[in-house]
Amino acid sequence: MSAMNARAVALAAFGALLCALPFLLSSYHVFQLTMVVVYAIVLLGLNILTGFNGQISLGHGAFFAIGAYITAVLLDKTGIPYWATVPLAGGVCLVVGFLFGLPALRLEGLYLALATFALAVATPQLLKYRRLEHWTGGVQGITFAKPDPPPFLPLDSDQWLYFFCLIVAVPLFVVGWNLLRARTGRALVAIRDQPTAAAAMGIDTAFYKSAAFGVSAMYTGIAGALGAIITQFVAPDSFPIFLSISFIVGIVVGGIASISGAVFGAIFIEFVPNVANAISDAAPWAIYGVFLIGCMYVMPNGAAGLVRTLLERARAWRPERRKLLSPTGEPR
Amino acid sequence: MDALLHQVLSGLATGGIYASIALALVMIYQATHHVNFAQGELAMFSTYIAWTQIDAGFPYWVAFVLTLLFSFVMGVLIERIVVRPIENAPVLSIVIVFIGLLVILNSVAGWIYGYTIKSFPSPFPENARLFGSYMSPHEIGMIAVTLAVLLLVFLFFRFTPLGLAMRAAAQNPVSSRLVGIRVGWMLALGWGLAGSIGAVAGMMAAPIVYLDPNMMSGVLLYGFAAALVGGIDNPWGAALGGFIVGVLENLAGAYVVGTEIKLTVALVIIVGVLLVRPSGLFGRTLVTRV
Repeated sequence: MSAMNARAVALAAFGALLCALPFLLSSYHVFQLTMVVVYAIVLLGLNILTGFNGQISLGHGAFFAIGAYITAVLLDKTGIPYWATVPLAGGVCLVVGFLFGLPALRLEGLYLALATFALAVATPQLLKYRRLEHWTGGVQGITFAKPDPPPFLPLDSDQWLYFFCLIVAVPLFVVGWNLLRARTGRALVAIRDQPTAAAAMGIDTAFYKSAAFGVSAMYTGIAGALGAIITQFVAPDSFPIFLSISFIVGIVVGGIASISGAVFGAIFIEFVPNVANAISDAAPWAIYGVFLIGCMYVMPNGAAGLVRTLLERARAWRPERRKLLSPTGEPR
Repeated sequence: MDALLHQVLSGLATGGIYASIALALVMIYQATHHVNFAQGELAMFSTYIAWTQIDAGFPYWVAFVLTLLFSFVMGVLIERIVVRPIENAPVLSIVIVFIGLLVILNSVAGWIYGYTIKSFPSPFPENARLFGSYMSPHEIGMIAVTLAVLLLVFLFFRFTPLGLAMRAAAQNPVSSRLVGIRVGWMLALGWGLAGSIGAVAGMMAAPIVYLDPNMMSGVLLYGFAAALVGGIDNPWGAALGGFIVGVLENLAGAYVVGTEIKLTVALVIIVGVLLVRPSGLFGRTLVTRV
């Protein structure tokens, strides 16, 4: 079986598992799984920016919040159907992210981290701000009704929301996959590794960097909109700085510059806090921190990096590969 | 005018705290090029240690000195046990380890001491009023302590063999190793010093912001901003950055927008400064060969 076929089979099995899970789990677990899908979209977006383009953002919680609030305000003030708010949230975040990316061009590394961190800090404060209260609902936030599943589908609303998020996520992953494995992706990686050489090769560095910011914000905004729809509630305190930090934790634990890493990372940030809580009620975050440090010790390149290493080792031990070795034991 | 002067002076006082944290951040950054996100929580933990001793009846300054020693040892141990094994990992992995350290310290402090806010004594007299009514004695004391710390750090690095060795290890680790400096231990000492400086910041901040496990989150952010505004490779710039940020924050809160979003405004100003001078006001512009 060639590597290509093996990958196709693995993907099909993964897809089948994703479709079967909501029928096997309780509705609370389906909700958690939906959150994993939402986080996976964010982490893919953040990975485009931080992993592939090398711009560290500690502020993606802000774009998540913008997406969520656009959905909430639209559902609260207009009669627009809930699914139509998702592309709108993505579009607005694309523009906001691109515009934020322009001044951010002047900042690198830590300085960019600070600027984006400031964005994350500012977001809850601005959402609480008195003058915007008419729109944002102030500290109380906005609550809206849970969307019903389409009548022709035999699903309850939690299962429907799960499939709705999955329907949004799959094309986003396909687009991300194509984007990153083609010309654009190579340009982003070139800018990360050798900015001067990339510019010398004719890559429009400024455009690609701002565009990476925009696309990354768009993914995050779409995820924010989905997050709002599945919880039917937004408030300034749902978007603390810790949310942005969780996102960075997610991409690093999952695996930097890796598409499958987004899924591993999403599983980590959704479930590990619960596991930590189950281990110790008194100091759950201490357990979380120990998990975090432990992960970095065991797999400094993230879960995806670990899987890659294991697969390579497994491949190196396959019999047909060993037959290819020349009599001196060197690979041909 | 009086009110303005008052705001500026009390901004200088809080700026002292930011300056100390910024100095602690620069201490580690210079040696290893890592930003220690757990610096604020380390300071918070040290402050709890000081509180325990004062609560047990120790005189303030005895507790102060013991806390500095404790924080030094804690810094060294963290470098040896937690940071050393991953020194060759990718940068973001190291950042994540620091974040892990941050949540562990925060959570453990909450677990041991609880989340209720505690008051922390100031070592300076309560009622004396110097300079009319512009500053409380604690504010003046805070500035004095910050300046004293700065002076000590300067003297240490400028005039002692150990300080020289530490500077050498930070600037050129390979050559330093060749002339017999134990670079690894110099890094650990840097962590220890950063721990002690952070502890000073924590103990000075606690009478104002009160003692609770989350007391340092805002302070760390300002300290980080201060270090970047001043230039993260320049200790004096970082300290000055601390005072600048303190004054800016106070003025923004008092005159521009009110206290609700003063953090936001202060940060926007800081990012504005960085857009004009991307390596900070006093930082070196890095020129790299391609």
